[in-house]
Amino acid sequence: MLADILAVLPETALALMGMVVLILGLAKVRNHLAVAVLTLGSLLLAGVLLSHVGRAVDPGEHFMFGMFVLDRFAIYFKALLLACSFLTVLLSIDYLMRHDARPGEYLALVMLATVGMMTMASGVHLAAIYVGLELMALSTYVLAGYFRRQVKSHEAAAKYFVLGALSSGILLYGLSLLYGATGTLELQAIAGRLAQGPPSAAALAGIGLLACGFLFKVAAVPFHMWTPDVYEGAPTPITTFMSVGPKAAAFAIFLRVFDGGLAPVAESWRPLVWGAAALTMVWGNIAALTQDNVKRMLAYSSIAHAGYALVGLVAGGDAGVQSVLLYMLVYTVTNVGAFGLVILLESRGYAGQTVQDFAGLARKQPVAAFGMLLFLLSLGGIPPTAGFMGKLYVFAAAIRSGYVWLVVIAVLMSAVSLYYYLRIVLQMYLRDGEGVEPAPMVSAVWTERALWACAVAVLLIGLWPGPFAAAAAAGLGIMPLP
Amino acid sequence: MTEYIPVFLFTVVALLFPVVTVGIAWLIRAGKHDPVKLEPYECGIEATTFAHDNRFSIRYYLIAVLFVVFDVETVFLYPWAVAYRKLALFGLVEMFIFLAILIVGYIYAWKRKALQWA
Repeated sequence: MLADILAVLPETALALMGMVVLILGLAKVRNHLAVAVLTLGSLLLAGVLLSHVGRAVDPGEHFMFGMFVLDRFAIYFKALLLACSFLTVLLSIDYLMRHDARPGEYLALVMLATVGMMTMASGVHLAAIYVGLELMALSTYVLAGYFRRQVKSHEAAAKYFVLGALSSGILLYGLSLLYGATGTLELQAIAGRLAQGPPSAAALAGIGLLACGFLFKVAAVPFHMWTPDVYEGAPTPITTFMSVGPKAAAFAIFLRVFDGGLAPVAESWRPLVWGAAALTMVWGNIAALTQDNVKRMLAYSSIAHAGYALVGLVAGGDAGVQSVLLYMLVYTVTNVGAFGLVILLESRGYAGQTVQDFAGLARKQPVAAFGMLLFLLSLGGIPPTAGFMGKLYVFAAAIRSGYVWLVVIAVLMSAVSLYYYLRIVLQMYLRDGEGVEPAPMVSAVWTERALWACAVAVLLIGLWPGPFAAAAAAGLGIMPLP
Repeated sequence: MTEYIPVFLFTVVALLFPVVTVGIAWLIRAGKHDPVKLEPYECGIEATTFAHDNRFSIRYYLIAVLFVVFDVETVFLYPWAVAYRKLALFGLVEMFIFLAILIVGYIYAWKRKALQWA
């Protein structure tokens, strides 16, 4: 009983502080900064509690009636998710002030989404996973439409909500079929039941629907259609958040459910995920080639990156899982950095930024241009950046498991992706002296702090990947399988 | 399979009931139409406008959402009340936490003037 309360202490604290922030946001006085700092403090508090609680509880024990674990895998993802939210709040402070938006609801929703994501990372019971997923998704729908007066933001929220609800429905149907076939919702018991013999038709149908639901949540082709519109229309810090936090959380449950609970029937779902990974890498990268709007381009880029991470998931085994864990970290710091610079250059209207806004940036703002260069190289997977290390581990794991063709597709598509990443580099460095001006930079001290942190992380992971790969390896052992 | 027979019978009856009732009405009705009969049913009050070009306040949606929230609260309180003895103190504390969270939401909706009509 006491151990149960202890195990969920970080989530409880964060949820409580979320409600406090919500109520504080009602105050008449302008208190943007105070509320934001309180949010940052709460996220830090949750992180500190997590590190203490993580050491205090037994990683193999199940809490809350077998719904919740706090193993190394969960702790790794929770730390990553808290970092995602922390960076998002840093990016949001100046943005909210500039748009004169209410901070209370916004920051409280970010915190509640984080609680949902953390629950997903710890869930070993399909009901717990689903509840966490819905808490995350509902908060994100509202955040996507936070700027009600902006038509694009409105459109983003409506599309995200309708398609998200549909995918949740599909997911839930899959869960119910799996429950009908195995008679339990606990992943460990499901694995035990599925190991007894060939899966029934109902179980296969359930697994297929479950895969569709998860592929939607990680924005993989052919369930990606919502991504460009939603990423374009949502407030840019929320786009950043959606592209890293919910995606990492979705990968956490994807790994735990598919490489954990459904591992005994891996042969039945692996071709499906193989196909989705290949399609995602091909279509994500090809569609990004023609995008002029930077947010849309980065949206397709994030679809493509989900494809690379799926390669690690298909590879499976310890090496595969480790590579996905590392990839999520690498992708987070890189993508937050790239989107952060998009926010800094967003002075020419809402969600309307084009590649041309970067023209001649290298002369006007050499540091910013160099930062963008670093993040784009990392997204493209060029050493000595983090992106290279992330891809290296994923591809190595896939080759070791024998998925050579998938790696061939991935490498070819990485080469294709360089074209659209370098388009921005070309604008920044080579379109100088043609009388073009980059979009004026907005001054945003908190955003810059987040960017510095991301840039340091990108270089650090790229040059010295050992400790990070070791941290990802420590997150192994998704669950003790029978 | 035998335990599914009541379900099957229920389905058959549920399908037949509307078909039979509407069918009987169709057989025995007079079939005379006049403008009053063709009006939408408004509990005897004359309709002031057409339904399709009548815009109404978005606040209805807000009220509906708030209604759903507190409706779910009540739905959740019923099984708790039934299982109260079994859950004992644990259930009581849990329910107070649940209510406290809802009250935060209620205060928020109130202060954001979601409950004010004008």
